[in-house]
Amino acid sequence: MVAGIRTRDLRKVYTSPPPVAAASGGFSFRAPKNKTKGPKPEIVALDGISLDILPGEIFCLLGPNGAGKSTTVGVLTTRVRPTSGQAFIGEHDVWQQQVAVKRLIGVVAQRPNLDFSLTAREILTFHGAYFGLSSHERAKRAGVLLERFKLTDRADQMVRGFSGGMMQRLSIARAMMHDPQVLFLDEPSAGLDPQTRLLLWEIIREYNASGKTILLTTHNMEEADALCKRLAIIDHGRVIALGTPRELKASVPGGYLLRLRFGHHSPDLLERLRTLPGVTEVRSTDGEGADLYADRGGSLVPAIANLASAGAVELCDVHISEPSLENLFLHHTGRSLRE
Amino acid sequence: MNWKAFLAMLARDAHVARRNFVALLFQTFLQPLMFVFIFGRVMVGSGYMPPSYKSLLLPGIMALCMVGTGIWAVAMPLISEFQFTREIEDRLLAPMEISWLAVEKVVSGTLQALAAGLMVIPAAWLLLRPGVELNVAHPLLFAGVALLVAIFSATGGLALGCSIEQNHIGLMFSLVVAPMIFFGCTYYPWSALKNFPIMQKAVLVNPLVYASEGLRGTIVPQFQHLPLSAVFVALVFFNILLLSTGLRKFHGKAVS
Repeated sequence: MVAGIRTRDLRKVYTSPPPVAAASGGFSFRAPKNKTKGPKPEIVALDGISLDILPGEIFCLLGPNGAGKSTTVGVLTTRVRPTSGQAFIGEHDVWQQQVAVKRLIGVVAQRPNLDFSLTAREILTFHGAYFGLSSHERAKRAGVLLERFKLTDRADQMVRGFSGGMMQRLSIARAMMHDPQVLFLDEPSAGLDPQTRLLLWEIIREYNASGKTILLTTHNMEEADALCKRLAIIDHGRVIALGTPRELKASVPGGYLLRLRFGHHSPDLLERLRTLPGVTEVRSTDGEGADLYADRGGSLVPAIANLASAGAVELCDVHISEPSLENLFLHHTGRSLRE
Repeated sequence: MNWKAFLAMLARDAHVARRNFVALLFQTFLQPLMFVFIFGRVMVGSGYMPPSYKSLLLPGIMALCMVGTGIWAVAMPLISEFQFTREIEDRLLAPMEISWLAVEKVVSGTLQALAAGLMVIPAAWLLLRPGVELNVAHPLLFAGVALLVAIFSATGGLALGCSIEQNHIGLMFSLVVAPMIFFGCTYYPWSALKNFPIMQKAVLVNPLVYASEGLRGTIVPQFQHLPLSAVFVALVFFNILLLSTGLRKFHGKAVS
């Protein structure tokens, strides 16, 4: 049975600092210094997330740090209790049937959470034992996975001395050990070198080809673009865009984004920029610049420079982005994914 | 209940304990046995303590070893596994109710405490002999008390381990464990406090008092001790209290 993932209006509000399990790295929770009586400080991590992820799909949650990606994964993997809303893996309600759900899922956390008291091979075989695999079966699978993730030569060493990349590879191997129907990967390629990242992508595609559902989170547009069938862009705990990478990129007005910076502010200039051929939208940024969405890139620059000099405004900087998920994120939030 | 997962986790704890066996041995026995040697042998041999102190000391040292082992075996791994590295996460994601993971920790701690208790008797006896008079008239009663003491140490470890952050481990020993040991009737019988009536009443909130007195009453009953019925009732009460507190705190740590 291949299982999909469904969430309905998930909300999560933290009233105390989220423990390390849920912390997605982006929260900054500050308790008030003065002990005044009043409502507890609240952080809204998820603000009504509804998703339908099909069985056998590679789905990606894209968003900056602190957007709510890890909290979403936490709720779906029984690690974070939602304040309200529902989550399902296949037909199982995550919070009503936790044990059934845990049988179906494999989880790779954002930070490696390996059992430091064990060797690499033992980490895999004990994981297999928790899921009821026979000793023959778990030894066999551990051997195959160690080979696949290029860890065989360090298999019988304690993991404490492993590099970050090796720990990450072992975490992924462990999550695959019991052959889960749904695999959660929370920023799997963070800290991996380019070569290992390609290996990981290959393994993810291969795993998906065997009919498994994969949910991965990333703030790397290239990764989302390369791997996902569909993706949701998340910011401040809300889904702000959802679709295939192609659809989403096509939804950015014009596709190209030219980020311009001028010597000083000129509202007239912005009006005139809107009249240029191919320009679909112009937005003022921080008073001294403009984001210009258009159906072409570099060929617009001479016209922009002419308009600027005609208006006695100096054009200081131009940055051209081709149609990308980065542009999409910027279009929806006014912020760069990297900010 | 998924027994396969439960037993696999017990096997994991046994495997780790076996790997750290020598370190565990020193950690558990060195300090109590030095205490036995100085107080039971040197002090008695030089006439500062009466010879009967040897027999009186042994059950207290046994209680001390068991409680120290159980608390250490459960609390320390929990404190570090719930920290930044979240080493426990893989076991929380195993197909089993997470409360059973806490119970598994208690079972593992109980077994280690029992092993420590059984090993300290011959070791202390060898150090102290001659002059130790053990009278185990009712082995079943002794086994019952020893089991309750072991469970107390492990549930205490669970409650402490889930209440304390890594940077407060030192504080846990100086604020909780050390007072519990010194006011726990380990080095003296409860009856010896009769000249300090307020203290004699106050120490009754300390579960280690019942552990020491219970073991005293079952292996050296010739000394005055608390009634065994009171020991059983108190230890069962503390075990239930610590287990329920520990489970609640464990859930609080495990799920956000």
